[in-house]
Amino acid sequence: MSSSSLRDSTAADALSVSIHDLSRRFGDRVVLSELSLEIAAGEIVALIGPSGCGKSTLLRHIGGLDSPTGGSIAIGGTPVTGLDARSAIAFQEPRLLPWCSITRNVEVGLPRGKRAHDDRDRVAALLELVKLSSSAHLRPREISGGMAQRVSLARALARRPGVLLLDEPFGALDALTRLSMQDLLLDLHAAEPATIVIVTHDVDEALYLADRVILLGAIDAEENAAQASIRSTVVVPGVRPRDRGSGDLAELRAELLEGLGVPTHHLAAR
Amino acid sequence: MSTLRTRVVSVNSGTPVLERPLVDDAVGTPVPTASALPRPPRRWVRATILGAVIPIAVIVLWQAIATSGLVPSYRLPTPLSVWAAGVDLYERGVLYQHIAISTQRVLLGFGIGAIVGLALASIVGLSARASELFAPTLGALRAVPSLAWVPLLGLYLGLNEDSKVALVAIGAFFPVYTTVAPALRHVDAHLVELGRSYGYSGPALLSLVQLPAVVPAVISSLRLALAQAWLFLVAGELLGASLGLGFLLVDSQQNGRIDRLFLTIILLGILGKGTDGAVGLLERFLLKRWGS
Ligand SMILES: Nc1ncnc2c1ncn2[C@@H]1O[C@H](COP(=O)(O)OP(=O)(O)O)[C@@H](O)[C@H]1O
Ligand SMILES: [Mg+2]
Repeated sequence: MSSSSLRDSTAADALSVSIHDLSRRFGDRVVLSELSLEIAAGEIVALIGPSGCGKSTLLRHIGGLDSPTGGSIAIGGTPVTGLDARSAIAFQEPRLLPWCSITRNVEVGLPRGKRAHDDRDRVAALLELVKLSSSAHLRPREISGGMAQRVSLARALARRPGVLLLDEPFGALDALTRLSMQDLLLDLHAAEPATIVIVTHDVDEALYLADRVILLGAIDAEENAAQASIRSTVVVPGVRPRDRGSGDLAELRAELLEGLGVPTHHLAAR
Repeated sequence: MSTLRTRVVSVNSGTPVLERPLVDDAVGTPVPTASALPRPPRRWVRATILGAVIPIAVIVLWQAIATSGLVPSYRLPTPLSVWAAGVDLYERGVLYQHIAISTQRVLLGFGIGAIVGLALASIVGLSARASELFAPTLGALRAVPSLAWVPLLGLYLGLNEDSKVALVAIGAFFPVYTTVAPALRHVDAHLVELGRSYGYSGPALLSLVQLPAVVPAVISSLRLALAQAWLFLVAGELLGASLGLGFLLVDSQQNGRIDRLFLTIILLGILGKGTDGAVGLLERFLLKRWGS
């Protein structure tokens, strides 16, 4: 029911994202170095990479929360120059307003300046979708970390963004909830197409959700361990919903894990 | 300059800047809140009874000592004679005057000081440039001992109402300013960024994030300011007044009316507690709405 009531809403169209030679330095520290990436409208792209390699930084740049020291970003062909209403971000931390109810926190995500008649219904539907209807009246400190992450996701969805930026959105969830939230994200993507860029630590999650998985990290580890760019891009075969146990993905999984520096013994085991 | 500011802030550290670690807050198991539970009326009754135990015990002990002859009556009046002194002043029609004028000075001065304090704290707390402009000066003014203002205010404004209200306002201003300005400056940057990223800015952002975040700091600063207001009132009235509780203290001391001295001290305690209780009601209302 929930996804259908969301479908009725006037959804924004999915928008493409073009990243061209993006560089970001913090003082002397180069975090992103000449990174280029084209993301098609409606595509789901997963970013994975070791902690501290610049995944959140990249996401913040797409959302216009940070400005590059070099290169450029465009959403739907128009350059991103600052905070951008076309994208919505779910931060790595839930960032809920502690003095507001869960419902009110989701309402913060509603597009500003154009109140719609179905805003309340939409918030209620989103809360139902992330399975928080019965907690709608609670304050953030009364809910668990996993619930808080779901509120943060619902808030980002409330904005009807053309580009949805998710920074480890399921990181604090237990394994079971994580799986059902992944399916929910895919349902939503089908109902309300948006371009999704999702940062994750979980290779399986990346392969299950994404059209492409981008492995970020230092290109030349010896030269400068900090300079991150795209190390490899994996195009995930097949159409969603994918079989979580699929053998086809095992090779890709091993490749990505090796890329992250985790020996899988996959080939040896054969 | 920055050391001065830090010192000033830490002097007022009786009210810590209320900042919540959000991430820690969010990760964890659900915690039932006290406000979620229906508060049994019994507890209120018990608190009242328990709270009255020590004052009653003190009065009983006081009566026992005063009537035992251990302490001469010109050093320690009996509770009853203090009561009688109160009734006497009341019947002459001056008790009410003393109380009314003092309360009026406190409320006026507190209101002015708190409003100016909140306004300046907002400017200094939200704008780095305004902070650089105002903070050193206000910090230096804060360092001037309160009573140093009395002669100057007396000279400028005369020994009349204005100078006393101004003194009380000075007393109320600083706790509000020194608590609220840093609280605003230290509002969780993550939440401010969240607000911005969802399209809030200016007054909308202020009312979504910054103001609610500092409500606890504002309330505790108001309580502190009220206590300071009474302190500065008595200081002002001690040093030159013809009416008011501070004047009654000086007058009683000069005339050896120890019963009236006790009476005035008790009245100041009751009035201070009463006004503090009013702010407490405001606190309960605001925290219900804005508390986390
Ligand atoms: N505002 C900042 N100032 C200085 N360094 C930063 C800032 N933001 C991020 N960094 C640095 O950039 C690197 C990448 O950070 P981040 O993008 O958060 O990594 P990830 O999300 O991949 O774990 C880290 O080393 C971090 O210390
Ligand atoms: Mg990160």
